[in-house]
Amino acid sequence: MTEQSRPDTARAVAVHPPMAMLAELTHRCALSCPYCSNPLEMTRRDTELSAADWAEIFAQAAEIGVLQLHLSGGEPASRRDLEEIVASAHAADLYTNLITSGIGLTEKRLDALEAAGLDHVQLSLQGVDAEMADRIGGYRGGFERKMAVAGWIGARGIPLTLNAVMHKLNLDRLPETIELALAMGARRLEVATVQFHGWAARNRAALMPTRAQAREASRIVREARARLRGRLVIDYVTADHHADYPKPCMGGWGSTGLNVLPDGRVMPCHAAHTIPGLDFERAPGRHLGEIWREGAAFNAFRGFDWMQEPCRSCDRKGIDFGGCRCQAMAIAGDPAATDPVCVKSPLHARLAAEAEADAAAEGAELTYRTNPA
Amino acid sequence: MSDAPAAEATLPDAARPRLLRGVRVKHDAVRGMDVLLAPERALKLDPIGAAILAEVDGTRSFAEIVARLAARYNAPAEQISGDARTFLVSLIERRMAEAA
Repeated sequence: MTEQSRPDTARAVAVHPPMAMLAELTHRCALSCPYCSNPLEMTRRDTELSAADWAEIFAQAAEIGVLQLHLSGGEPASRRDLEEIVASAHAADLYTNLITSGIGLTEKRLDALEAAGLDHVQLSLQGVDAEMADRIGGYRGGFERKMAVAGWIGARGIPLTLNAVMHKLNLDRLPETIELALAMGARRLEVATVQFHGWAARNRAALMPTRAQAREASRIVREARARLRGRLVIDYVTADHHADYPKPCMGGWGSTGLNVLPDGRVMPCHAAHTIPGLDFERAPGRHLGEIWREGAAFNAFRGFDWMQEPCRSCDRKGIDFGGCRCQAMAIAGDPAATDPVCVKSPLHARLAAEAEADAAAEGAELTYRTNPA
Repeated sequence: MSDAPAAEATLPDAARPRLLRGVRVKHDAVRGMDVLLAPERALKLDPIGAAILAEVDGTRSFAEIVARLAARYNAPAEQISGDARTFLVSLIERRMAEAA
C-alpha cells in the first residue's frame, strides 16, 4: 500500500512501465496565460492527431502499463471530438483525467463526457476574482465562466481538483484560494507555484515570487493540510528558485511518465523539446512501448550514468535525480549539469541572486502566450 | 509542525465505509498486482489491502467487514480490525473513501 508516484531509487537502468501519460490534444486555447507550459513554438492545428490516432495511442499506453491518462492542451475542450477521445480512453481502461480551464465546456458537453466515462476533472485557476483571473488568462469573462463550470461539475458529482497556479501577483491570496477550493467542493487542491520554463521564463520579472511570499505560502499550506485533513488534499509545488534542492523532475527521467504532443511526438517531459539534439519519435506509427523502452530521447538521462559531479557522487541523487534537465539546459547550458537550483551547483548563487532581483521587480508587463496557426 | 489542531478521521464499528466516486480497484496485468486508482494517484495494493477493499461495498458496516475477513482468513478479529481501520482511515484522510 505504498504510493507509486515515485520509482525505485536503487535501480540500475532497468526500464519500468510508465504510470502516467499526458496527452496534449491541441495547443489551441482561449486563454493566453503568461506561464503556459506549451512550447514557444506550438503545434499547428492541421497537424493534430485524429481521434482514431489517439484511440490507438491509448490502447498502446494501456498495453505497456499506463494507468493514469491526463488529457491536456492547450484547452482540450477546443477539440469538438473530445467526447469521442474520452470514450476511447475509457474503452482502453485508462483512468481519465481532463485538465481544463473550463472554457468550451457546457452542461451538455459535461453530460456527454460523463457518459463517455470521464473519471475526474482538474480545473485550472488563474486568480480568486475576475480582475486577477481575467488579467492573467488574458480573457475577459473567463473567471465568470469558470465559476459556472465548477458549479456544473459539482452538481454532477464529478471528482474535482482545483489547480491554482501561483506567483508574485496572486500568492498573497493563497488563503482565499484554499477557501474557494472548499466552496467548489473540490477534493484536491494543487498549489502550483510557477516553474520558470518556456513562456514563464519570459515573465520572470512579473511572476517570480519573493522569498518571503514563498516561505509564507509553505506555512499556510502546512497549516491548511492539518486543519483540512479528510476534507481537502493539498498538493504543493514550491517556488524552486528559492529552494536549496531541486525538484525530482518527472520522478526520474523516463521512469514514470511520458508526454505526447498534439502531432504524436512523444517526449519524456513537457519541456524536453528545449534540449537540443533530442529526437522525438511519433506515435502511434511507432509503438509507444518501443519509444518508451528504446527511444534515444528516453534513454538520454535514464538512470545515473549520464550524471556529472557533483551529482554522480551525491547521496541525494536517488531523491532528486540531479533535478530538472530542462532547467540545467536553460541556465547552465548543459542538460547533464546539476540543476542550478541545487546548493551544490556552482551556478546556485547566481540563480538565487537573479531570483531575488526578479522578485523585487515591480510593475513588469506580462508577455502572453500566443495561439498556434 | 502545524499551527492548528489536526482534524482526526474516525471509523466507528457501525459506520459503513465506501470508496468515493472516481476511486476504484483495478487489476494491473502489466505489473501483476491490484492497484487503487484515484484522482492523480495510483496506490499499489498489497494482498491485505485488496482483501479489505473487496469487502467494502457501502452497505456493510466496518464491524461486518472485520467479521467477514476474520472468518475468511481464519485470523483474530482484533488484529484485522486494527489493520483494516488504519488502512481505511488513511483512505478517508486522503479523500478516497468516506464512511456514513
